[in-house]
Parts: sequence; C-alpha cells; structure tokens
Amino acid sequence: MDAVLSNLDVFVRGFTTTVTLTLAAVVGALVLGTVIAAMRVSPVPPLRWAGATYVQLVRNTPLTVVFFLVVFGLPEVDITLSFFVSAVLALSLYTAAFVAEAVRSGVSSVATGQAEASRAVGMTFGQTLRLVVLPQAFANIVPPLASVFIALLKNTSIASAFFVFEGVQSMNQLINANGDAVLAILAAAAVAYLGLALLASALFGLLERAVTVSR
Amino acid sequence: MSMLYDVPGPRARRRVLISSLVGLAVLALLLLVAGQRLADNGQFAYELYEPFLTEPQVYERLADGLRNTLTAAAYALVLASLLGVLLAFGRLSSKPWVRLPATVVVEVFRGLPLLLVIFAIFLAFPLAFGIELSALQALVLGLTLYNGAVIAEIVRAGVLAIPRGQTEAAMAVGLGRGQVLRLVLLPQAVRIMLPSLVSQLVVLLKDTSLGFIIGFSELLRTGGELVQVLDNPIQMYVAVALVYIVLNGSLSLLASYLEGRQRRTGGTVVPAMQIETGMGQAGAPV
Amino acid sequence: MRLTSLALTAALALTLTACGGGDDEVAAPSVDKAAEFAAGSRMAEIKTAGKLTVGTKFDQPLFGLKGLSGKPEGFDVEIAKIIGAKLGVEADKIEFVESVSKNREPFLQQKRVDMVIATYTINDKRDKVVDFAGPYFQAGQDILVAKGNPAGITGPESLKGKRTCSVSGSTPAETMVTKYGLVEGGDLKTVDVYTKCRDALKNGQFDAVTTDNVILAGYVDAAPDDFELIGKPFTEEPYGIGIPEGQEDFCDFINTTLTESVEDGSYEKAFKATAGTVIETVPTLPAPRGCDK
Repeated sequence: MDAVLSNLDVFVRGFTTTVTLTLAAVVGALVLGTVIAAMRVSPVPPLRWAGATYVQLVRNTPLTVVFFLVVFGLPEVDITLSFFVSAVLALSLYTAAFVAEAVRSGVSSVATGQAEASRAVGMTFGQTLRLVVLPQAFANIVPPLASVFIALLKNTSIASAFFVFEGVQSMNQLINANGDAVLAILAAAAVAYLGLALLASALFGLLERAVTVSR
Repeated sequence: MSMLYDVPGPRARRRVLISSLVGLAVLALLLLVAGQRLADNGQFAYELYEPFLTEPQVYERLADGLRNTLTAAAYALVLASLLGVLLAFGRLSSKPWVRLPATVVVEVFRGLPLLLVIFAIFLAFPLAFGIELSALQALVLGLTLYNGAVIAEIVRAGVLAIPRGQTEAAMAVGLGRGQVLRLVLLPQAVRIMLPSLVSQLVVLLKDTSLGFIIGFSELLRTGGELVQVLDNPIQMYVAVALVYIVLNGSLSLLASYLEGRQRRTGGTVVPAMQIETGMGQAGAPV
Repeated sequence: MRLTSLALTAALALTLTACGGGDDEVAAPSVDKAAEFAAGSRMAEIKTAGKLTVGTKFDQPLFGLKGLSGKPEGFDVEIAKIIGAKLGVEADKIEFVESVSKNREPFLQQKRVDMVIATYTINDKRDKVVDFAGPYFQAGQDILVAKGNPAGITGPESLKGKRTCSVSGSTPAETMVTKYGLVEGGDLKTVDVYTKCRDALKNGQFDAVTTDNVILAGYVDAAPDDFELIGKPFTEEPYGIGIPEGQEDFCDFINTTLTESVEDGSYEKAFKATAGTVIETVPTLPAPRGCDK
C-alpha cells in the first residue's frame, strides 16, 4: 500500500496521459467518424464505397495491428509523428469506424419526414445533413456513443506497448520497481480505470438527459 | 436514406460524376505519393517480399500463430459463454444476494481494460494462488472473464427481449422461476442471441492479439517474431492484418446472415451489429 | 592444372562455409550420458528427468534470437546446450522458453524454468530473489545512435533531455534512471523488446538506444548504414546463469562446467558461431562469483 501512496505522482502522470489521449482521440474519432458516415450516405458512389470499405477494413482489424502500422508504418511514408500523436491517430482511426456506424444508424433513425421536409424546402444534401439530420441523429445515439468512447478510454491501455507513458505503463514501472507490492499496484490501477469509466458514464448520462429534455 | 437527396437530375448527375472523378483522382494521387515515398525508403525491395515467396517456414509459422489464436479464441468463447449465462442468471435472479454480486462482477469487468485484466491475471495469479499460468491460460482466463461479462449482458438482453407472455404462460403452468429461465427462456434466448454471439467471436479474435504483450505466440506476435529475423515489418504486419480482415470479415458476414434469417422468420432480434467495439467492448445491448 | 583445380575447390569450399556463416547450426556438444551425480542433487534430478527447461531471450541477435524454424539461436542457447550435455540431456531435449527481461525472476521463482540464460546481468537486487552461477560473459552498457550521430551524443551524461529508448525493467533502463537522472516516460521511454527501440531509432523517433554493447553491436552489424555505436561502455554487465534460490550444488556444477568448456574448446566454438560473427576476439571466461550466497 505504501508503494502506491508514495508513488502517487507516477500514477498521476500516467493517468493524466490516459485522460488526454482519450479526449484527443474522442475528438478525432468524432470528426473522422462523422465524415465517414456522411460519405456513406452521400449521393457520390465512390465516396459511399470508400466509406464502407474503410469501416469494413478497420472493424475487422485488431487495434494492436492498427497501432503497429501507424507507429512503424507511417515513417516509411515519411510521416514521422511523436508517439503521443501516433497513439491518438491510431485510436482515432480505429474508433472512427465504430462512430461512423453509430452515426449512420442514428441518421437512419431520424424520421424520414424530416429529410423530406428539408428537401421540400429546397435544402441541398449537405445542408439537410448538417442542419437537420445530424443534430437529431446525434441526440439519438448518445448511449451507443457512450459505449464507444468508454471502450476508447480502455483501449488507450494499448498505447502502453507503443512508447506512450499512460496508465498501464505507469503501473508497470511501479511493479518493476516494487516487486513486493504487485497486488496493491494492480488494484490501484484497476480502481483508477474503474473510476474514470464511472466518471465517463456519469457524464454521458448527464448528456443524454440534457439531450432528451430538449427533444 | 435516399430521402437525403432527390433522385439526381441531369445537373446533379453531372455534379456527382465530377465529384466522383475528383475523388478518384485525389485517391490515386495519394496512392502515388505514398508509393513513391515507400519506394524511396526501399519498401519495394524484393528481399522484403522474398520470404513470402521462397520460405515455406514463414507460412508454417504464421499458420501456427493462427492456430494458437483460434485455440485461445475457442476456449475463451466456450468458457465465456458458460460464465456469461451464469452471470446473466445471477443478474436476473430475484434474490438480491445473488443479483448484487453478479452485477458487481459484470460491471467491474466491463469497466476494466482487457489488457489490465490479462496483466493482472498473469502477474497476480501465481502470487495470490501459487499456481503458475502459461501465457495461453492467462490469456484465456482474461478473455473469459472479460467476455463473460459482456455475454452476460447479451444474454440478459436476449432473455428480456422474449415476450412476457412466455414467462407468464410458463408460470401459469406451475414452473418455478429457475425452471422458467432454464427451460423456456434460455433456449429461445440463445436463438435470438446467436448473431450477437458470432459478433462477439469477432471481438474475441481481435482481442487475442493482446496475448502478444504477455508473450503468447498468437498470430500477431508470430508476425513480430518473424520480423526480427526477416526485417520486413510493414510487409509482415500488412499480411497479418489481411488474415485478420478475411477471418473476421467472414464471421461478420455470418453474423449478418444469421440476423437476417431471424428477421425473416419473425420473432424478436437482438441486433448483431450493435456497436461491438472490440479490444475491450463496453457496448451494452440496447 | 591440378594445382588450379585444387585451389579452385579450396576457394569454393571457403566461399561455401563463409556463406553458411551464422546460420549454421553449431554442432551440438557431445552429450555425456555416463555422468553420475550425487543422489538427491539437482543434477541427478535433471538427468533422471532427461529434459531441461531453459529461459532465454527470443529477440536478441547473437545471444537468443528465434530463427525461422521457431527455435532460438545464439550464444546463450549454446551455453545452455553445453550445460545440458554435461547433464546427459540431448540438445533437442532442451526446451527453450522465452523470458523477456521482466519475466526472468518470476520464472525462476515459480520454477517455471530450470535456469535462465538470457543476457541476464547479475546485480544485487536480483540476487535477493534468485541465485546466479557464472558469469559466463562480460558486457558493458553502451549507446546506439543513428549513423552520423545527428544528436551529438557523447556519453551517458549527454542523454539527459534527449530521447532515449530501452526495455522496461532492464538493468540498462534502471541505470539511466538511477545514475544519470533520466525520467521514465519523459526523456527515457521503455518498451517490451529492443527491436522496437531500434526501429524507432531508425525512423528518427529516438536519439539513442541504450543497452548492453553486444546486443547493440548485433544491430550495427545487421545494418551498418543505419546505426553506429558510441563505443565507450560505461558499466560492467556480467551475464550470469540464473537459477532458483537454494540450489547451491547446481550452481557449483554450472561453474565447473563453464571452466571445463573453456578447456575443451566448446566455449570458443559456441562463441565463434554466434556472437563471434560480430565480435572479433573470443572473450576470456570471467572468474566465477561464487555460489555461497
């Protein structure tokens, strides 16, 4: 127990990175995922095809493989990023596929009357999507998005194998240095992750309530 | 869905055509640039690809890795299903002293990163119980606990999705709660859950790649080991990715087919494509 | 005429052996089936069991690297075979288990392996939980940089503030933190295998990789246009043979075996076929540290 308390700063350093990784990747995945969902419902066939292919490829690939390709493959196309950015990129690319699916299902759950009315008023595809459909779609999919982003929080642990000093790596460092307090350190890390997951759940719960009231 | 845009008229068709061509041109340009840079970095050198053409051992090793992956996944699927059913029954129980622990177990394991669970088992098990675990055992145990919790939720959703009339009729006939669950609800739930379970298998297969961190020679790690001898990381990891994509893609198709079949034959369905996020799924069945 | 064809054959033979190089399997040391050990001793146990489990690295060129066949090759592997031979265990009855840096103590503590020969540096902290026979090789910590040394590294003191990579839980990593003030997660990043460090160094994602000089020399040898070694070892890393605590008889036996292997030339043969492809001089066996711990 002492090992944990006297090394709290190490944990804090690690889990702060976990949080920043998550937040950055949430933004990245949201943006990219929405774009891909838009591509999938667009009138341009190659865009639809590209979006669908992206989702199929990424969903069926383990996140670890995505990490390998981003961290070790991008330098081979002369794109060298910092390890943190690589991790954010890998996480965003992976999670975007799931966000895209969620958004797509959200779009199809919006009453068709909405889209019909937009067309009747003369809006273009882009305007319909941006001003009418997507806002309602997002309101519909807060619960599945919550799952996706909590999974993202947990997936940041994979960055530990790719040079990012986040929660699991901080835990490993402490275990290496304090071989006799392994169980306590593991428990502390578990509590930290559970705490963060609960916090995220609570936040999304609030978000869902806010969104439902306004509908 | 096509309500988002009208049936294209001539001008719209022309616009779509132009944007298609532009899109394709941009894609081609990106590929060209990437290809050029890869070539400059020597990524098209024959020796990086030669082992795939001349060394049968490469394929033997990858096949071994794939076999290990499938073995771990198979064990974990069976055990996780059993655990999942047990936990689901626990959560559906009317007795709070059964329901609460089951709920806690499910929520805890769904909230922890799978990597942490696997590490914890690998490191703590020998310390806490004095039994040593092989990497395979630790991986399977971790996958079981984790996916057991997820499957528990799937089963619970499946059972809850069965029309109440079934439960009511069963109880009217005099079956106890446990019997109702076991004899009436579970068999129907399994049929409903099948697409979800197949999807879960996809998640499992992806999650086995975490075994590389504890030294289990599954497919990804075997690729990494070969890279240390052959020194062609990009080529190898792309090859490994292709294997996963083909394998998981086929399973996903199976899941969709099962789901489609169920929709056609009527009855309630728990969607297979609910957002299974893999690598630590937190997706709750809606 | 005859001289020419003779010379030609000799040249051909030499070329063939040169091509064989490091991929050749070293002829396994002759197994001593007749060896007798005191009843109840660890050696007798192993001999009766007829098999030996050895923890080794699978990712260190020259010492323990998993080849295409799936079996590890290297100096550590050869030492294990030498010891196994003296115990009457055939080379193919030795089971090699991968032991990454941080698993070496746990594996010995759990008796998952009979011994660990895995570029295993002897230090006091480890000695508290396991025992060491040997050492069988003396290495030193050194620094690997990209060819041309773009970051201008001169030695371990100049690594502060730069980007260094090493393996988590290893002695070199610990030395950088305790003696040279690097911060784990800051200017020192650790990962599970050295090859990831090496690849990242090549990509310019790190300024330096630090570990034992022999491992680094292997990387330079494999890619001399990409890397160079600073070449000034700043620590002493005696590689030992780790065994579980409380097996003093086994420890003595191993030390005797090592000495004998130098006498009968098997040590030199093992070295030349593995690490010797990169390091010119065959090292002398360091003096054993003693088994009375």
